[in-house]
Amino acid sequence: MHELTVTQNLLELAERYGTEAGATRVTDLYLVIGQLSSFVDESLQFYWDMISEGTLCSGAALHFQRVPAWFACQQCGTEYPLERELECCPACNSPRITLLRGDEFRLESIEIETSQRNEQTE
Amino acid sequence: MTVKIPVVEKILSANDKLAASNRKKFDAAKVFSLNLMASPGAGKTSVIEQTMRLLAGELRVAVIDGDLATSIDADRAAAAGATAIQINTGGECHLDAIMVRNALQQLGLLQFDLLLVENVGNLICPANFQLGTHNNVLIASIPEGDDKPYKYPGIYRGIDTLIINKIDLLPYIPFKMDYYRTGVEMLNPGLQTFPISCRTGEGLDDWVRWVKKQVRSMKMLV
Repeated sequence: MHELTVTQNLLELAERYGTEAGATRVTDLYLVIGQLSSFVDESLQFYWDMISEGTLCSGAALHFQRVPAWFACQQCGTEYPLERELECCPACNSPRITLLRGDEFRLESIEIETSQRNEQTE
Repeated sequence: MTVKIPVVEKILSANDKLAASNRKKFDAAKVFSLNLMASPGAGKTSVIEQTMRLLAGELRVAVIDGDLATSIDADRAAAAGATAIQINTGGECHLDAIMVRNALQQLGLLQFDLLLVENVGNLICPANFQLGTHNNVLIASIPEGDDKPYKYPGIYRGIDTLIINKIDLLPYIPFKMDYYRTGVEMLNPGLQTFPISCRTGEGLDDWVRWVKKQVRSMKMLV
């Protein structure tokens, strides 16, 4: 399983962006995860809690925004979601489809605490 | 007080950056590189052996072999005439760009024309980790069943070339080629496909001809 790699990458990103912004603590990470990306959120949080201990991100909460996969038919323009199994266009049965969304796997934003001084200069 | 900071970065962007740096190394050395992915038992090592047999010493081939623990695959590649480097992933289910970079340091790319990276047998994780190779190849096989594109859309979306191995078994296995191909078409329209059999040799000439052509055009790039 590569949840460990994923959490290590997350930690690097959050620490880098947090440090640049003058964070004293990173409290929240907002992730955007498409239905087609094969990552399980519960196990990510488990690894995250272990790996972030003692860092700037210690105790930070992971928030998952799940993006359902949607396809568009190139033949007739119908847009439809991926339900149980990949299927041809439900309107015209064409296999010529494109993925509109659902393969995201990114860190959208972080929430940080800053020291008193930083707040005043803002 | 808390502040929200926008990041908007791919979680695996560090791997993507290393993959781009690997690609620069391949380009500088003019080595055409393939990432061979497949489920366990689909025939990755057999494809390498047959490719070596048909190349008959015409190209200098390096193989980077990813395996959980053993060196069986690398030994087979070396026996077939390739220079093989084994990466034991120590339980990791896929290769990533940094493992390939470390293997490249042992290889000396300039001595080769073609690099075959044999990924860990797995249809899920390797799809998420770019290695920097010029072409991502999936080796599917008939006994796996015709529903694989429907079950593993991620890997089918990310590949440049599809090999369908073990086509000699088609008469014995209920595999609806139309159903399979429709699934592939939905995920990756117009995907270049080589139906082959490593056992009978069928289709292998086309595959090897394509490989040689890619190596040649790589060499001609200034």
